[in-house]
Amino acid sequence: MTTGTAEVETVTPELEAAAERAQSRRGVLIALPSWAYLILFFAVPLVIVLVYSFATRSSTGLTQLEGWNLDSYARLWDPLVGEIALRSLLLATTTTVICLVVAYPFAYYIATRRPVVRNVLLILVMIPFWSNFLVRTYAWRVLLGTDGPLSQLSQSLGGEPIRLLFTNTAVLIGLVYGFLPFMVLPLYAALERMDWRLVEAARDLYANGWTAFRRVTWPLSRPGVVAGSILVFIPTLGAYVTPAILGGAKTVMLGDYIVSQFLAARNQPFGSALSIAVMSVMLGATIMYFRSGARSL
Amino acid sequence: MSTTSGVRPKSPTERLLAANSWVVYAFFYAPILVLIVFSFNDNNNVGIWTEPSFRWYEAMLDDNDVLRAIRTSLIVALISTVVATILGTMAALALERFRFRGQRAYDGLVYLPIIIPDVTMAVMLLLFFAQGFRILDGLIGWSPSFGIGTISLSHIAFNISFVAVVVRARLGQLDPRLEEAAADLYANRWQAFRRVTLPLILPGVMGGALLALTLSLDDVVVTSFVAGPGATTLPVYVFGLVRRAVTPLINAVSTTMLVASMILVGISLGFQRNTRSTVPVTEPQPEPANQ
Amino acid sequence: MTPAVELSNVTKQFGDVVAVRDLDLTIADGEFFSLLGPSGCGKTTTLRMIAGFEFPTVGSLRIHGHEMGLQPPNKRPVNTVFQSYALFPHMTVSENVGFGLRMNKRATAEIGERVTRALGMVQLAHRADAKPNELSGGQQQRVALARALVNEPEVLLLDEPLGALDLKLRQAMQLELKELQQRVGITFVYVTHDQDEALTMSDRIGVMNEGSLLQIGEPQQIYEHPTSRFVADFIGEINLLPAVVVDHESVRLHGGHVIRATTGAAAGEAVTVAIRPERLELYDLDEVIPDTANRLEATVQRRIYHGDVFYYDVDTPAGVIEAKEENRPGVELYEIGEKTVVVWAPEATTVVQE
Repeated sequence: MTTGTAEVETVTPELEAAAERAQSRRGVLIALPSWAYLILFFAVPLVIVLVYSFATRSSTGLTQLEGWNLDSYARLWDPLVGEIALRSLLLATTTTVICLVVAYPFAYYIATRRPVVRNVLLILVMIPFWSNFLVRTYAWRVLLGTDGPLSQLSQSLGGEPIRLLFTNTAVLIGLVYGFLPFMVLPLYAALERMDWRLVEAARDLYANGWTAFRRVTWPLSRPGVVAGSILVFIPTLGAYVTPAILGGAKTVMLGDYIVSQFLAARNQPFGSALSIAVMSVMLGATIMYFRSGARSL
Repeated sequence: MSTTSGVRPKSPTERLLAANSWVVYAFFYAPILVLIVFSFNDNNNVGIWTEPSFRWYEAMLDDNDVLRAIRTSLIVALISTVVATILGTMAALALERFRFRGQRAYDGLVYLPIIIPDVTMAVMLLLFFAQGFRILDGLIGWSPSFGIGTISLSHIAFNISFVAVVVRARLGQLDPRLEEAAADLYANRWQAFRRVTLPLILPGVMGGALLALTLSLDDVVVTSFVAGPGATTLPVYVFGLVRRAVTPLINAVSTTMLVASMILVGISLGFQRNTRSTVPVTEPQPEPANQ
Repeated sequence: MTPAVELSNVTKQFGDVVAVRDLDLTIADGEFFSLLGPSGCGKTTTLRMIAGFEFPTVGSLRIHGHEMGLQPPNKRPVNTVFQSYALFPHMTVSENVGFGLRMNKRATAEIGERVTRALGMVQLAHRADAKPNELSGGQQQRVALARALVNEPEVLLLDEPLGALDLKLRQAMQLELKELQQRVGITFVYVTHDQDEALTMSDRIGVMNEGSLLQIGEPQQIYEHPTSRFVADFIGEINLLPAVVVDHESVRLHGGHVIRATTGAAAGEAVTVAIRPERLELYDLDEVIPDTANRLEATVQRRIYHGDVFYYDVDTPAGVIEAKEENRPGVELYEIGEKTVVVWAPEATTVVQE
């Protein structure tokens, strides 16, 4: 091929754009299967729930799709719903705070060990974390039973048998137990990533241990605190299994309440409305978190 | 992080921190240990210890319901893990390595199932299948029933996102220059993927697969909603047992599940250790959809 | 002889940002060509367009006469040595080096032989089975080089390959690369921001700034006769003095002094006079100065010891000038505050029009 200009095809913006479009098409193709799957088995179901939340419940418990109304949403303002929602919120907040208080020194300790020790300690955290959630929650059912080992222990020490099962406290313990690793790991990640020379610099500038922590370590670890709090708060709010196993009739939380709408109570529209409401709150919280500048969980 | 000096005098704060850590570890492991110990208990009552025996393990192996539930769990876990890993990995690639219109919406779609509480997910899928089957029945006079199929489809639905997040993190750490180098050395897109990208993201893919497997084996709420009368998975079965009456049989089953999952984790950690480059094994994991 | 690389009218835009503007560049076959410029000047973008990792927005890119502007990188007869080496961490050294040959479906025996030869050329045959993370930076760089050269490309592209090496190693590698290129005869296109490197290694240099090519020429040409203020300032140390043209043989500096310098600019035009510090000599007040030389009274402000040379900052009516004098016996030292004359040849005076 000669270097004559006649046959040479020079690049133009249109050609460049065409090349980029071809690349995009490939991306779309690769995204297609998961996109299709999620649309069918996630987006569509979501829409159906939304639709159902506007439907009516017949006297026999069937859902009637004619006659749209906002009854189900109106019922959200019911005092009973409010009580359950409040309890769930309280429990979720308490769980988060306890997890934070317990996890922070723990994560701090791990993060300040030598790398070899650190890895071992982390694996020791991961092992119970990776084992079955249901089983771990069930273990507390055994432990907290009135004739359970903890009760026997306290009795042998001269105290009362423990009557914690089916109370708010039992649910709290179960939730803290289940979600503590979710607080530990982001905290650890944030602390580990920190530049500890900054603490040294603070010390060099006459700060004592506590001040150095308050003014350097704590602010720098805040992203981890926020991430961990979100990772604990959100699932705890909608918790189902733990309250179901460790709680009782007096400790109904949102999760259980929603489930019962689809089983015993047979009020699908109301259950759908509840689901949408809970989901919106969580979505809102997450969006706020991302808007505040955080990059990822 | 640079721990400067290895030799530091143990201040009271240090001792306190160390003590606190021991307490936390005890807190983590005590219930599990109690469970394991009591599964070898000869007593009918769950909490009172009499003498060691294998009685409940024998009962477990005799129990057809349990065995069937185990089988269903494994089948569902296998199917959903394989499919979700493939789809999730493709999703991660599409999001990290390409640019196309609607990518941000697609990103949100992939991320959403992680944020959704599993109760909502369960409700969504129940209504979807119920409604879908009704429509199908009306159209062609037949509809599938709830069972392994619906459970698997549901598990895939939430697992895709988790796999995608894990693989995406790994992809993000991959030097894009490596794929350019492959192209520079005459590899076409598929060859570059197969010989460079895939081997290097394999730990991430495996990690995602492990997460999917765990989530599938752990799941209670979604499965119980879409299972139907014929099929049940092990955690749902155990959950039902617990709601009804607590017997030491559950202890034996639970211990088995515990040990199995720990072995699984051990294998995967071993695998990751062999193929790791610079990615730490213990990255913060996204929360599973169950509680 | 068909030029190895030809860019005509090439512009590259990323959205609103113009990274490369109207580039016309011809690189001769078999030459060692360097693209030199500060960060963000567009040199790496240009290299990536030759490699195929970016497409030009406008223009034509030919390799040995064949239009390649829109060809993907795996269809171009060029190979790249990356700044970060980009060695495949999961493959051994020989698997890395043989990668391109495997992609081209060469016979196994041929691959083995060529890889061994390439590794021998960079003296790494004994590390053939090592993984990249077991090698030092210098060794990794040589593997990257072997991996590219083994394919016998028509053009070899190098993107600041020596940046991560320490000084001594870098200087040794510079000579090695130069020798290698001369031996192998392949066209090298070398991107760097280090002007010492470019001056040492290149047959020709192209200086870029803000997307445009400012000057192309042989190293000596660029150094001795910069055609723009930027090039004068960027390469080596330089004294830049504002002046006004008197005629095409003399200009007037600030402070009124007229000196001899050749210029094509019109009388009255404002120009910049560029003089290299090493071309300036300090004379005692009573020393004899050649008639044709340029001179200015100077007071020594500062003297900086620099091992092999002394830097003098001297204050003159035209401004503060920096002179460089060798540090060896027989060369007189001047003290701070001492009055001297700074002298230089008219040929060493470059007039730049900006």
